[in-house]
Order: sequence, then C-alpha cells, then structure tokens
Amino acid sequence: MTGYSATAGQQRWQFTDLKELLAKATPLRSGDCLAGLAASSARQRAAAQMALADLPLKTFLNEQVIPAETDEVSRLIVESHDLIAFAPVSHLTVGDFRNWLLSDQATSEILKQLSPGLTPEMVAAVSKLMRIQDLILVASKCRNETAFRNSLGGKGILSTRLQPNHPVDDQAGVAASILDGLMYGSGDAVIGINPATDNYAAVTELLKMLDDIIGHYGIPTQSCVLTHVTNQIEAINRGVPVDLVFQSIAGTQAANESFGINLAMLGEANQAARELKRGSVGNNVMYFETGQGSALSANAHHGVDQQTCEVRAYAVARHFDPLLVNTVVGFIGPEYLYDGKQIIRAGLEDHFCGKLLGLPMGCDICYTNHAEADQDDMDMLLTQMAVAGINFIMGIPGGDDIMLNYQTTSFHDALYIREVLGLRPAPEFDHWLQQIGITQPSGRLSNTMPATFSNLLKQC
Amino acid sequence: MSELKQTDRVKPVIDNPWQELRRYTDARIAQGRTGVSLPTKALLAFQMDHASARDAVHVALQIDALADQVKAAGYSTIELHSRAADRTEYLQRPDLGRRLDLRSVKQLQEYRQKHPETVTVALVIADGLSSMAVQSHAAAMADAVLTRLENRGLSIAPVSIVSQGRVAVGDEVGELLGAELLILLVGERPGLSSPDSLGIYYTYQPQVGLTDARRNCISNVRPAGMSIDAATEKLVWLIDESMRLQCSGVGLKDQSVSSVALNANKNFLLPE
Repeated sequence: MTGYSATAGQQRWQFTDLKELLAKATPLRSGDCLAGLAASSARQRAAAQMALADLPLKTFLNEQVIPAETDEVSRLIVESHDLIAFAPVSHLTVGDFRNWLLSDQATSEILKQLSPGLTPEMVAAVSKLMRIQDLILVASKCRNETAFRNSLGGKGILSTRLQPNHPVDDQAGVAASILDGLMYGSGDAVIGINPATDNYAAVTELLKMLDDIIGHYGIPTQSCVLTHVTNQIEAINRGVPVDLVFQSIAGTQAANESFGINLAMLGEANQAARELKRGSVGNNVMYFETGQGSALSANAHHGVDQQTCEVRAYAVARHFDPLLVNTVVGFIGPEYLYDGKQIIRAGLEDHFCGKLLGLPMGCDICYTNHAEADQDDMDMLLTQMAVAGINFIMGIPGGDDIMLNYQTTSFHDALYIREVLGLRPAPEFDHWLQQIGITQPSGRLSNTMPATFSNLLKQC
Repeated sequence: MSELKQTDRVKPVIDNPWQELRRYTDARIAQGRTGVSLPTKALLAFQMDHASARDAVHVALQIDALADQVKAAGYSTIELHSRAADRTEYLQRPDLGRRLDLRSVKQLQEYRQKHPETVTVALVIADGLSSMAVQSHAAAMADAVLTRLENRGLSIAPVSIVSQGRVAVGDEVGELLGAELLILLVGERPGLSSPDSLGIYYTYQPQVGLTDARRNCISNVRPAGMSIDAATEKLVWLIDESMRLQCSGVGLKDQSVSSVALNANKNFLLPE
C-alpha cells in the first residue's frame, strides 16, 4: 500500500503522498483552504499530525514534494543537503525530532552544526507538530549572526530596519522619516526604502542619498533600496553605491519566475555586491523577504501547502549567506492568513523554521486593513518574537507605512520590547547612538535632541 | 514631601522638536513619547484612522455614477462583474476576483462579434480594495491617458468597469476585446493615511493567466501622492517603450525621467 496513514479510535485515515500529509497536518489557515489543500475536519488534521509524527526524517530525502526534474529550488535542496551534518538525527521520526529539539541535548552549538543537514520539508514538518511555546523555545536556542557594517543577531541584540518610505520618494520626506527613526534609535539592521516605483533614475537617487547620509554621520549601518534585483545589478554595474542587494523570493521555481527571478540571477547579484567589499566588519550582502502565500498567489504552489512552500524559500535564501531575511507575515492579506491568530502562528513558524535552517531571521510584524487584525495582535506577535530571539523587526513612524498602505512595527514598538526584555541594538550602532547623544549610556533615549541634528532644523 | 509632589506634576510626555518636518511627509513623525510609549492622543488618532480604513474596504462602488463620469468624458462603457459574488467572497477568494463571471464573458464576446475591427487599447476599471479611490480618481485618470493615446491615433475600446475585480481580471477583458494594450485602474488596499489610492497596471498583449512579471505598475495615484498628470506621463512613456520593445513587465524598465523631476524638496540632512 502506498501513502501514509494513522488510526485513531475506530477510524483509519489515509493520505496519498507526502505533500498531502504535510498539507492536512498544517494548522488551519485561509490560504490552504483557498488552495483546496486544508484538512476537511479538525480530526483529519489531528490524524495527519499523528501520521506525520511517525514518519522517519529519512523519508524526506527519498520523496520530493515538488520533483527536482522540474523545479530548480528542489534541485538546490537535494544538491545542498549535507548527509554528515544530518547523521545525528537521521534515525529519528518527525515526532522524535520534536522531542530532540526541545531536549537539553539540542544546544545552540549542536543546532548550528545540524542546520546544513536539514531540508526545508523536514523543518516544516516538525513545526506543524509544535505549539507556540515550542516554536519559541527552540528558536531561542538558535543564534545566526551576520555582519556588514555592524554585527547583527548576537544574544541580547534586537535590531531594526528603518523604513522611511514616501509615496513619491520625495527626498525631504524620506529624510524626515530617517531623522525621526534615528532620534528613536532605529536603523541598525538597515536603512531600507521601498521605492514608489522601479524607475531606475529614482532608485539611483535614493541609493546615493542613503550612502551620503550614512557616510556623513558615520553611521555603522547599511543601506538598501528594495527594487527588483536586476535594477540593483544594473546600479552596481554603473558604479552607484549599493550596500545590500534585496529581492523577494519564494519556494518554487515557478513562483520565483513570477517575480522575474531565478537562482542564477541571485548568484550574479550576490557576487557583484560582494566584490564591492563595502562592508567593514563582515560581507553578508543579500537581503531577502518572503511570506506564506506567495507561491499560491502566483498559482505556482504545485499542491504544496503555503507553510511548506515558505520554508522552501529559506533554502533559496541560505544558499546566498544573507545579512537579513524577513517574512512579511501579515502583508499578503486575509486570503492567505485570515486574522490575528493565523498571522501570529505563521510569524512564529517562519521565524522558527528560518532560524533552524541557519538564517538571520527577522519579521515584518504587520497587517493590512482588510485583515481581521489590529495593534493588539501585533503587540502579541512582537512580544513573542522578541522572546524567541528574533534578529530584527521593522521600524516606521507611528507604525503607518504611507507608501505600502499597511501597518508594521513603529520606532516606539522597538523601544518597548527592548525595555521590557533588556535588549540593545547592534553594538557598533549602540556605540554610535551614545557618541552622537541620541541615547544615554543606559540605552535610554536622551531627553534633548543632539545639537548635530537640532541645528538642521534651523535650515529647513 | 513638597519636592516629591512637585515631581509628580511634571508632564510625562516628551515632545519632539522636529514637528515642523511634517510639512514634507504624511508619515507619523515627531509624535513624542511617554517613557518609550506613544502618547494617548497619538494612540487614539491611530485607532480612529484604522477604524476609517476598515470601513473603507466595505463601501460598495457606485457603478452608475462612475459610468456617468466616464461617459461625460466621451467614452462608452461596459459594466462587468467578476466571479466573486460579494465583498465577503471577494476577500476570501482572490481567484474568483481575477476572472469574469460567465455573463460578463458572454457580454464581451457579443460585443466583439458586433465590433470585429481591431482595437489597440482597452482600459478597465476595477473596484479592488478601495471603491473610494476608483470613485474619486478613475474617470479623470482614464480621460487623461485615453486623450493622449487617441491623439496618437490609437483605437480605443469602450471603458470596462468590473465589480469585485482584482488586477488580473483586466487581462481577461483585454483578451476578449482583442486589445493589444491593457490599462487597468484599481482601488489599492486602503492605508491609514490614504484610503483613496489608485493603482495602474499595464500589460502588453494581455491574456488570461499572465503573472505580475508581465505587468508594469504605477502606484499611489491620489492628490496627496502621485498626481494624475505625473501618472499619465509615466504611463504613456511605458506604453511607447513597450510598443518599441514588444513586451511589458520585468523586461520593460521604467527609465523615464519624470518621477525624478518631481523631487522638488531636497534632503536636508546633508550640508549644501
């Protein structure tokens, strides 16, 4: 008999193949319902989780959810798998793998060594059996540190991407949000703008502007303009200052094609940015964003549930040793993650899975105005993410992105969680904040604006 | 004791002295803080704006009023409907919002039989997530761009208005009308500070099943964002370039100069 099954009481449940088993075992979310992949009942879901728990991890090396012959992400997963690293857990089932991850045996060092031995599908599978506290506990043991002009991801560090978006990329408007963010201690992960258009000349102006600001004030951070990767390669070729190369990525070849990208293109960008050697303390140059539902949205999911597709995107990300990776968890809308409950669970799954696969995970803790979510939901996710040891979150004035039309975490939100949990920004950036007078040695904000910046107000 | 009481009366909120920078942006800058938290006034203003945006998602498009505006500008209209029956279904089933219902397909097929002559441009208006954006700006935007294209001698199909429509529905309309170029105007997801933002998507040789990689997008068209004039310049540039390159989307880079010229305000963080 082919397939997988579980028996509960009098009832026997049958699942045709691995991808069906994974989909049926996934905690409820609207995107899987939309795709027609979700469990048809709560009992079927629980049974699928039981069947999944009994599955040997080795199964994932023999059965692909998307054939490698037709999908370059699958090929990457197969070809980059490290059998030696996998050895310590190769005898376990998915259910025992959960037990092992939560045990004292799985220390930070052991998890780091294991990472190349895990495939995305193994990690997705175990996450489906885990409660929120499991996702938090195991993630908190993973430390994935990266560096460019500062050191990110260390213990006790919570960084922020300063996101000074403006609807028409007005330079003064962007500068106003940057100033606001810096005065609130934001921007150590990156100062990263989503441009209003992909217009090459406009993107170039923004790249130069960020480079000038970082240079003039000696800010130990990096810049990024989040346009299509091909635009950034062109900018590098034309000598425009590019620190980090950004791209949205997904977990299937077809979904990546819908973004107009492939692995070769990302490789080219990574190499081009590394050769510039613009980092001072490290040379991680890629910045990726992901999010559950993107493959389904592009009709490119091959019958694989959205969370498994998402984790496959992390295999793409880790191939390029990125400085930053974040899931944009609530951005995609209620068709994929219906409400605060689904967004919160998805965010913690993404963080856990990314961390276990070795990625410097952050999260755009966010929601749109057509989702059943609000600020309270974001506060819960932010608090849980920070307890789980997230590398970075977004920072935007008042939490309101006036260009992308959604709500994410504010500069205030980052300070709240740093205060409650005793977290600090990246050390180099922390030092700069104190030197220039934005913060006191205690890490608290100064009560007056430093003269370097208040003098600017007289001129504008 | 008296000193302690004095301290108790110190105002807890610390204001930010850079409030004047608000003239450069609608972003919620310089809100001040109490401890590290948002002062009550700013918190409540946010909650009110969120409530307004939530309401905006559910307001229905007044189709007759929009059709009248488009007709008044000199264009005939066709009224269509997606496969999503209502707003609730629209929000949960994006696949249905991307396709026309059978009646609409038939309507367009019949139109095509009566008008078999080739047509170059189709413009589609879909309500999307903000009927307010469409109601306020779509007719003016359509008029501005179609006038320019007519002046170039391009033939133009009637303006289609799709209820409960998403971006991809435009490609189906364009294909059924046999159009070479498809312009879609859609209400973007409402932001806290921008419940009326119109998006424009452009496809060269539209057909059912194309992805975003084949489309070019112009976003944030509204009085406080990109003006209709600026959007028209950009769109016409994209159309010209796409006809030269015979493609749209990722292969068509926006290298127009118009948006750079819009940056009248300089970066004040650097010395002159």
